[in-house]
Amino acid sequence: METALALEELGALFFGLGVLGRLAGRIGISPIPLYLLGGLAFGQGGLLPLAGIGGFTELASEVGVVLLLLLLGLEYSASDLVGGLKRSWLAGIVDMVLNATPGAVAALLLGWGPVGALAMAGVTWVSSSGIIAKVLSDLGRLGNRETPAVLSVLVMEDLAMALYLPITTAVLASLGFLAGLRTVGIALVLLVVVLVVALRFGGAVSAVVDSPTSEVFLLRVIGVALLVAGVASQLQVSAGVGAFLLGIAISEDTAENATRVLSPLRDLFAAVFFVVFGLNTDPREIPAVIPVALALAVVTTLTKIGAGWFAAHQSGVGSLGRWRAGVALVARGEFSIVIAGLALTSASIDPGFAPLATTYVLLMAVLGPVLARVVVPVHGALSGRRRAAA
Amino acid sequence: MDVELTRLPGIGTKQEFVTGDGRRVGVLTHRDGHRELLLAGREDPDSCVATLPMTEAECNALGTLLGAPNLVAKLQDQQREVEGVNTAQFPIAERSPYVGRALGDTAMRTRTGTSIVAVVRDHVVSPSPRPDFVFAAGDLVVIVGTGEGLKQAAEILEAG
Repeated sequence: METALALEELGALFFGLGVLGRLAGRIGISPIPLYLLGGLAFGQGGLLPLAGIGGFTELASEVGVVLLLLLLGLEYSASDLVGGLKRSWLAGIVDMVLNATPGAVAALLLGWGPVGALAMAGVTWVSSSGIIAKVLSDLGRLGNRETPAVLSVLVMEDLAMALYLPITTAVLASLGFLAGLRTVGIALVLLVVVLVVALRFGGAVSAVVDSPTSEVFLLRVIGVALLVAGVASQLQVSAGVGAFLLGIAISEDTAENATRVLSPLRDLFAAVFFVVFGLNTDPREIPAVIPVALALAVVTTLTKIGAGWFAAHQSGVGSLGRWRAGVALVARGEFSIVIAGLALTSASIDPGFAPLATTYVLLMAVLGPVLARVVVPVHGALSGRRRAAA
Repeated sequence: MDVELTRLPGIGTKQEFVTGDGRRVGVLTHRDGHRELLLAGREDPDSCVATLPMTEAECNALGTLLGAPNLVAKLQDQQREVEGVNTAQFPIAERSPYVGRALGDTAMRTRTGTSIVAVVRDHVVSPSPRPDFVFAAGDLVVIVGTGEGLKQAAEILEAG
C-alpha cells in the first residue's frame, strides 16, 4: 500500500509541476519560482502535506543538484574558463564584492553569525545562468555587444563557485580551521588539476564516457558523474563541485552529446530539487521574512546592475548597453537555492534562513526577466524626457 | 576588413565586422550548429535590430546571393591570363568526400588532366601541395587546367 501511495503522490507531484512549467512558459518567466511555490504548497505546514515520498525525493533532489552542476560544467570548456579569468577577473571581483556584501550584512544584522553570513552572501551573489541565458536568447540580445561581458561575469561566478561551495561545505560542517583549510586545499588542487587535464587531455576524460550507443553513453555519463560526486562529497568538497569539475573536463563533442541526453533528466531531477527545497520550508515563516527579503531584493538589484554596468563599461559598451547588461544579471535562481540547500543540512544555520532564501529567490527569479524586458523602453522614455528638458 | 571573433561561453561563437556604413554585421553560430544573422542598430550600435535564425540552406542561398557574382567575376578575370589554360578556386565543402583525406586520393591529374597548384587554409597558402596533403573543410583549392577539366575537378571535389 505504501508503494501505491508513493506512486500516486509522485504522479500528482510531477503532473502538477508539468502544469506549473507550462504556466511559466505562458507568462514568460522561469519555472524555478513556480516549482518553489509548488514545494511550499505541499510541504510541512502547506495545503496538502505529502507523506510517502520522502525517501525518493531526498535522493532525487541530490541527483538534481549533481545534474544541475554537471550540465553547468558541460556548458564551459576549460579554455572558456581560463580565457574568461584572464579577461574579466576584475569584473568578477567587483560583482562579488557588490553582491555578496548585502547578503552577508543582512545575515549579520539578523544575528545569524559568520556561518549564516557566508551562506547568505552566496545566495545574493550568484546570478542564475539558466534564467539569464534564456532571457538573452528570448529577447534577441545574444548578438549584442554587452552580451560577452554579461556571460563572462556568469563564467567568473561559476568558476568562483568551485571554490566557494567547498569552503561553505567545510564551514557548515564545522570542521574546524585545519580541516576546513584541508578541504579548501583539496578543492583548489582539484580545480587546478581539472583545468590542466581538461586543457591538455580533454580527449582522455571524454573517452571514458564516450560511446556511440546513446543508452550506454547515458549510463556511463551518469555513472561517472555520480561516482565523482560521491567521492567529492566524501572528501567534504561538495558533490555538486565534483560534478561541475567533471563537466568542465569533458570536452567539446562529448560535452554536446552529454548535454543533449542529460538535459531532460536534469530538468526532471532539478524540478524535484526545487520542490524538495520548498517542501522543507515552512510557508508560515515567510510573512516574517518578507521585509528583509524585499530590502535585500532592492539593494541587490541595484548592486547587480552596478556590477553589470561596470563589466559592460570595461568592454567599451555605451550607456544603454551598460544598463541592459546590469539588469540582465539581476535574476537569481538555481545556484542560490543550491547554496541554501547546502546550508539547510547544517545544524548551525538559523531556522529563518530557508524562508528568507526562498522568498528572495522567488522575488529575484521573477524580477530579473521583467526588468530585462522593460529596461529599453524605460531608458528610452527617461532619455526622451531628459532631451525634452534640455 | 577585420572579422572579429568573440567566444560566447555556453552559447557559441560570434563573428562580425563593421561595414563602411558603421553598422555591425555578423553571424552567431550556436554550439548545436544553427546560425543567426546579426545586424546592429544604427541608434544604439551595441544592440541588434535583427537576429535572424537561418537554416543551412538559407545560409547557402544568402552566401550565394552575396558572394557568387563576385567569385564569377574573379574567375573570369583570372581566366583572361593565358588562352586555353584556366585557374579556378574551389572550396572543400563540409560535406565533400575529401574532408580529412589526402590530396592523392582525388587522382585529380589522372582523372581530369588538371593540377592542384595550391591550397589556401585560413588565409595561409600552401603552394605545390604534395599528394599526402590532407584536406580540411573550408580549404580553398587552386586548380589549373582546361575549362572542361576544371568543371570535372569541381564535381570530383564536391561529390567524389
